[in-house]
Amino acid sequence: MALNLFEDKGCPLDRQRFTWKELVQPPISKLDDDAFTRVRVILMNGMEMEAIRFSHGCARMNREWQLPLAQLRIVEQHQATMINGLLGADHSTLETTIAYEQVAIEVTAAVAQNEPDEYLAQVYRFGMLEDFDHLYRYSAMLDRLEGKDANNILQCYTDIVPGRPTIVEHRAPQDNLREHYDRLRAAPITKLHALTIMSSEQQTQNFYLNVAPMYADPVVRQLYTEIASIEEQHVTQYESIIDPRETWLEKWLLHEANEVYNYYSCVQQETNPRIKAIWERCLDYELGHLQVAIEMFKQYERRDPAEVLPGDLPEPIKFESQREFVRRILNQEVDLRARGTQFVNKSQEGVESQQYRQHLNASGSPTNTVAAGYEWFAGTELARDGEATREKYVRGQKIAH
Amino acid sequence: MDKTTVLGKNRSGVDISPIDIKQMMSLAKVTPASSPGDEKAIAQMREEYIAEADVIGSVPLPGTLKGMASTAMEKLMGKSPEGFIDKLGCRLAFERTGVRLYDALITKCSTAPMSSNISLDRLNEFRNEEFQHFKLVENAIRSIGADPTAQTPSADVDGVISLGLIQVLTDPRTSVAHCLEAMLTAELADNDGWRMLIMLAEKMGMEDMARDFQQALREEDEHLVSIRQWFKEMVIKDTVGT
Repeated sequence: MALNLFEDKGCPLDRQRFTWKELVQPPISKLDDDAFTRVRVILMNGMEMEAIRFSHGCARMNREWQLPLAQLRIVEQHQATMINGLLGADHSTLETTIAYEQVAIEVTAAVAQNEPDEYLAQVYRFGMLEDFDHLYRYSAMLDRLEGKDANNILQCYTDIVPGRPTIVEHRAPQDNLREHYDRLRAAPITKLHALTIMSSEQQTQNFYLNVAPMYADPVVRQLYTEIASIEEQHVTQYESIIDPRETWLEKWLLHEANEVYNYYSCVQQETNPRIKAIWERCLDYELGHLQVAIEMFKQYERRDPAEVLPGDLPEPIKFESQREFVRRILNQEVDLRARGTQFVNKSQEGVESQQYRQHLNASGSPTNTVAAGYEWFAGTELARDGEATREKYVRGQKIAH
Repeated sequence: MDKTTVLGKNRSGVDISPIDIKQMMSLAKVTPASSPGDEKAIAQMREEYIAEADVIGSVPLPGTLKGMASTAMEKLMGKSPEGFIDKLGCRLAFERTGVRLYDALITKCSTAPMSSNISLDRLNEFRNEEFQHFKLVENAIRSIGADPTAQTPSADVDGVISLGLIQVLTDPRTSVAHCLEAMLTAELADNDGWRMLIMLAEKMGMEDMARDFQQALREEDEHLVSIRQWFKEMVIKDTVGT
C-alpha cells in the first residue's frame, strides 16, 4: 500500500532521539552485502547532507524559522551520521568512489526512465553517461594503483567501459544551465526526482573535493580534481532544473517529502534486515519532520500543502541494474553535447566550451592518463595478461603431450 | 576455539552472477580503451611530480648545536647527526604506537571466544616492554640534546605505514588471527628497526646506547617469536582443525 503524506504522521519530532551507540552501528559487509545496500547507504547519506545544507541556508535567510529548523536539523545530522557510518573502514577511498559512481549511474538511469517530462529525462540521461565514464576511469585507477577489481564493489550490476569521455565533458558555465520545471505544472515525481539527483551529485562533489588530499599519489589527486570539476557542473545542471520561484517553505516541504520518498523506496527494497530496520526508523522520523514543515507552510504561507505535495507517494525508485537502458543510451547519445540549455550533436557544440576545456586540458588529462589503453577484465587487467600466459602454457603442455 | 573464517554469501566475485558477468565481459571485449597507451602514462605523470617534489619534512636542529654542550653530541660532531636523530625519532614513534597496538590486541583477545595458547599476561608484558623501549629511546634522544617530542620524517613515514595495522587491530569485525597477522607485520619491521638502530649507534660511537638497545632487541626477539607462533597455531587450527 502506498504511503500517504498527509495521513501517515510518523514519529513526533520530540520523540526522535539517539544515543551515540545508535549513531555508530556495525557497518555493512563490503564482501557479503548486496551492492544495492551500499548504493542506498550512499544515496541516503547524500539526502541527509542536502537536508542539513538546505536547512542552514534557510536559517541564514529567515530569522523567524531558525528554531524549528535547528530542532529538525540536529535530527538530520544524527541520521546522516548513522547512515554514513554504515560504510565499513575496509573500503579504500577509491572503492567507496566506485560505489558513488554506481549510485550515480543506477539511480539516475532509474529516474530517467520514470521521469514524465521528456526534456528533464534527457537531462538525466546526459548526466548519467558522464558518470558512466567516471566509473571506467576510477576503475582503471583502482586497478592500477591498488591492484583491485572494481567489480568486487559493483557485483556485475554495472558495466565498466568508457562513456562520454570525461576529457570532453568540461564545459563553459553557460552550457551547464538547464531549463527549470514549472512549480505550478510539474508532476510531483518530477520535483522529487530533481531533488534526489541534485542531492546525490552534490554529495559526490563534496566527497571528491574532500578525499583528493588523502592520496599521496599526484595522479590520483589529479583524477579526483578533474572529476570533481564535472560533479560541480552536474550540481549546477541539476539545481538549475528546480524552479527558483519556489518559496523557502515550499522547498522545505519538498525536501522533507523527498526524504520520505527516498526512505520509502529503501524500505521497500532492502535485503539486509538490520539495515531495513534503520530505513524504517528514518522513514518514521522523516514523516515526523514533514508534519513540522506542513504546519509551518500552513501557518506562514497560508496555503494548502496539497498544492505542492501529492497525497499518495509515487512508485519507489527502482534499485536494480539498469544495464540494458544504459547500454541503449550509450549507443544513441554518447555524442551529444550541451549548448546553452539544449543538447546538440558534438559537431554543433559552442566555441566557448571548446575553448574552455582546451585550456584546462593543456597540460594533459588525468582521466585519460589513468585509463590509457585500459580495458576492464574480471580480476583486473593483470588477470587478463595472466589468462594469456595460462593459455600459452596450456597449449604448450598439450603440444608436449 | 570458534572458527575465525566462515563460509557465506560473499558477493564480490563473478561466480555469483554467471549471466551478468558474461554480458559485462562481452561488452568490455568489444569496447576499445578510450585512449591509447598503457599504465606507463601514470608513471610518466608521477615522474614529473617527483622531479618537482620537496622533502616530506626536516629533522629539528638539536639544542646542543645551538650552544648547549654534551659529551654525546661531541661524539656526533663531524658525522651527520640528523640521520641518526631521524632514525631514533622513528623508533621512538614506532614503540609508542606499538603500545597502542598491543592495547587494541589485548582488548580483542580478552573479548574473543578462544581457547588458544595466547596468554594475556604475556601480551601485557609485551605491551609494557614496548613502553619501556619508548622511554629508552626518549632518554637516548635527550642524551644527545635532541627533542624527543618532535616528529621526524622517518617517524612520519612509519606512521603512514602503520595506519593499516591500526585499522585492522581496531576493527570490531576482524578476528584474533587477522590481528596477529597485523602484529606480525609490525614486529618484523620493529625487529629490523632495532637492528638498524644498533648498527647506527655503534657506527656513531655510541657504545653505551648500543648496549642498551641490544637488551631491547632481545625482548623484541621474544615478541616476534611468540606472535609468529600464535599466528601459526591459530591459522592451522582454523584451517586444518588440529
